[in-house]
Amino acid sequence: MQKASRTVLVKSSHLLEKTSSLIASTRSSAHQFSKRFYATSCISSPNKPCYPGAVNATFTHQLEFRSSINPDGTPFPIFNIMSNDGEIVNEEAFKEIDYTPEQVVDLYKTMIRLETMDDILYNAQRQGRVSFYMTNYGEEALQVGSASALSPEDMIFAQYREAGVLMYRGFTLNEFLNQCFSTIEDYGKGRQMPVHYGSKKLNFQTISSPLGTQIPQAAGAGYVYRIQNSPHVCACYFGEGAASEGDFHAALNFASTLSCQTLFICRNNGFAISTPTRDQYHGDGIVARGIGYGMPSIRVDGNDLFAVYYATKRARQLSIESKGPVLIEFMTYRAGHHSTSDDASRYRSNEELMYWRNEQNPIIRVRKYLEKRQLWNDELEKTERDSNRKTVLSLLAKVEHAEKPHLDELVKDVFDSVPPILQQQREWTENVVKKYPEAFEGH
Amino acid sequence: MRSTSSMLSRFSRQSHALLASKTNSLAPFLTSSSSYFSTCMVSKTKPALEENIYQLDDQKIDVNKYKNFKYELVYHHNENEIKVTESNSTELNLCNSINMALKQAMERDPKALVFGEDVAFGGVFRCTVDLKEQFGRDRVFNTPLSEQGIVGFAIGVAAMGHTAIAEIQFADYIFPAFDQIVNEAAKYRFRSGNLFDVGGLTIRTPSSAVGHGGHYHSQSPEAYFAHTPGLKVVIPRNPLQAKGLLLSSIEDPNPVIFFEPKILYRSSQCLVPNEAYKIPLEKAEILKEGKDVTVIGWGSQLYVLEKAVEMAKEVGIDCELIDLRTIVPWDIETVVNSVKKTGRCVVSHEAPLTGGFGSEIAATVQEKCFLHLESPVVRVCGLDTPFPLVHEKYYIPGVVKCFEMIKNAVNY
Repeated sequence: MQKASRTVLVKSSHLLEKTSSLIASTRSSAHQFSKRFYATSCISSPNKPCYPGAVNATFTHQLEFRSSINPDGTPFPIFNIMSNDGEIVNEEAFKEIDYTPEQVVDLYKTMIRLETMDDILYNAQRQGRVSFYMTNYGEEALQVGSASALSPEDMIFAQYREAGVLMYRGFTLNEFLNQCFSTIEDYGKGRQMPVHYGSKKLNFQTISSPLGTQIPQAAGAGYVYRIQNSPHVCACYFGEGAASEGDFHAALNFASTLSCQTLFICRNNGFAISTPTRDQYHGDGIVARGIGYGMPSIRVDGNDLFAVYYATKRARQLSIESKGPVLIEFMTYRAGHHSTSDDASRYRSNEELMYWRNEQNPIIRVRKYLEKRQLWNDELEKTERDSNRKTVLSLLAKVEHAEKPHLDELVKDVFDSVPPILQQQREWTENVVKKYPEAFEGH
Repeated sequence: MRSTSSMLSRFSRQSHALLASKTNSLAPFLTSSSSYFSTCMVSKTKPALEENIYQLDDQKIDVNKYKNFKYELVYHHNENEIKVTESNSTELNLCNSINMALKQAMERDPKALVFGEDVAFGGVFRCTVDLKEQFGRDRVFNTPLSEQGIVGFAIGVAAMGHTAIAEIQFADYIFPAFDQIVNEAAKYRFRSGNLFDVGGLTIRTPSSAVGHGGHYHSQSPEAYFAHTPGLKVVIPRNPLQAKGLLLSSIEDPNPVIFFEPKILYRSSQCLVPNEAYKIPLEKAEILKEGKDVTVIGWGSQLYVLEKAVEMAKEVGIDCELIDLRTIVPWDIETVVNSVKKTGRCVVSHEAPLTGGFGSEIAATVQEKCFLHLESPVVRVCGLDTPFPLVHEKYYIPGVVKCFEMIKNAVNY
């Protein structure tokens, strides 16, 4: 195990090496793992350790307890490419980024479209026009950047703060709003709370509220890709709080032992509702755990669009070519309330929030980059934001009064067909509604 | 949380005779009176409606005759459902018939995967023997020891359109996966508006009493899952049923939990057709027609009920015996039609009384058969205690308890 961990450490520190060498090292580490199960004989050298649980370990005569992945205790470094001022600080990695200038502009537009949608729907909830909402403030770069590094066919399992991933894939404002307002056009037929999006055509599994449940599911999906010999990965998003669930542990261990083509993408934004990370874990974040599961793992600046893209792209390639999982921990900051049911000012200061909203904003960082290259200016900014605003507001006016799903949808899809008992319950319900229609007006 | 390996191997290797005798000897002192266990008493002072037919309480029954029974049902299958002949069938026990069903499911469906704890070497109950050799380690494999992981992983496999046949080593250990089953698998289709589903998911798990399983190798958790819309729950009673119902469960486009009564793995034997065949889900089976009282059970409890029905026959009671087979969605029609005919209903299961699935049946029967009922619906169940070790024979709704309550129902 030690030897394997070292291999992985070497890999993460030399991420910029050519892919071929990365793959070679992963293959050899996979080979070591498989050998582990068959290294049964130590009769010839009884003084060499050969415990089946850690066959490659050596004996030590030094009594040393370790609590960190790195013996010197330093935390995992954060991989970055672009500084907070929009300056490229990692030219070598930047050269590998194959975005065209137009693509960067498009990604920027997606980020501000997401921000505009968040602004308007957040306020719509405050006005009681939609029952619930969760914004994506501060995490826009990690969402669109990672999405842009995936293939459109890669299956995605998400938590709930990944609307930007879906937006990048082509989920329209119309589709977002229809879900939030439970209209007849909502694919989910108005059954789930707002922001629980899903899209079959965009390979985005429908979101559910229970935290962490999607993580082992993504391992299963990544397993299917591996046994199909498929050039795809399953990308799984989750927050650092969800990583405390038992399902996280199960998932990473399964993905590692069963060689699943799964990208585990952690959004470490510092808070799980009110709980700061110091109350969430005592180790070196989430990235350190990946090492413990024998998985290539990396920590990346989640507010740096380029670092997010490059790390995700390489991780995807590594996962497919090594036929195994990879963990990415994106460091970011939840620059909004947890949800519309939360007031973050009760557990953190407004100054802190404003610092992250204004000084360490991933959208502003990209804007600075674009402006330095004359790819963006105030006028374009105003036109784009106004047009988004108009679109969202007009859609909002439309979906608020849109037709709701038919009552039949109450009993459909529980099973593939409606069982007789459920059909009876539906008819009984309808009879009561017909008798007392005024009691059921509105939704 | 886990048994020791010695215990596992004991379960899997124990001889048929030993299992049978250990589990089913009933305490002699239970033979004469029902007052000791008065969980669901009915008045014995009222005479039976049909006068002079049942003078039951005075009759002496030789209980010893019913003490040690073989796991062979007299009414083991319905000829109209499946044709079984010597030439097209093989005599199999339950674990072998499960094994055969898994093999045939995997042959028919190249997307089918079988996995769980210790399944690669054949399983602690030998249900997955030879599967890895035949289908390869990518399709039949061990997982790490984590039930929530197994079911979560299986949901992911099924969401990708594959057939996931997951094993939970004992039904007692399914609870760590409760969240994945109840919040995820069961709601997957509904919550996505049918964009996604996990219909390819089947969870197999050994359940029910085994004679010496104590708290965590004996449970019958079907009622927990019966309260969850979106799941199907199936329990077979013999090798023939097990194969047909398992093949249906695997092919069913909904997530199914398939409980295998582990006492039957080696003890129950019968002719099983060699070809793949299916037995419909959501369909109860009338094992024996009768006119006086409807007796309902499932899984290994049917062997107990069959003996109780035989005892009842000695005192002149003609029971209609029904195997529910699918717990949810259950076959209300068959049960209700039967109770309308007999006017009396006894439900029996090993799981505790309170909140057991017997309650659902009792409530539905009284609602739908109110004017036909001659006596209250009776439930003969496990006690509302954790499943005990040394007192198992007192805990379980054994032959004599069931006989006593059938008698009470008729003699009300």
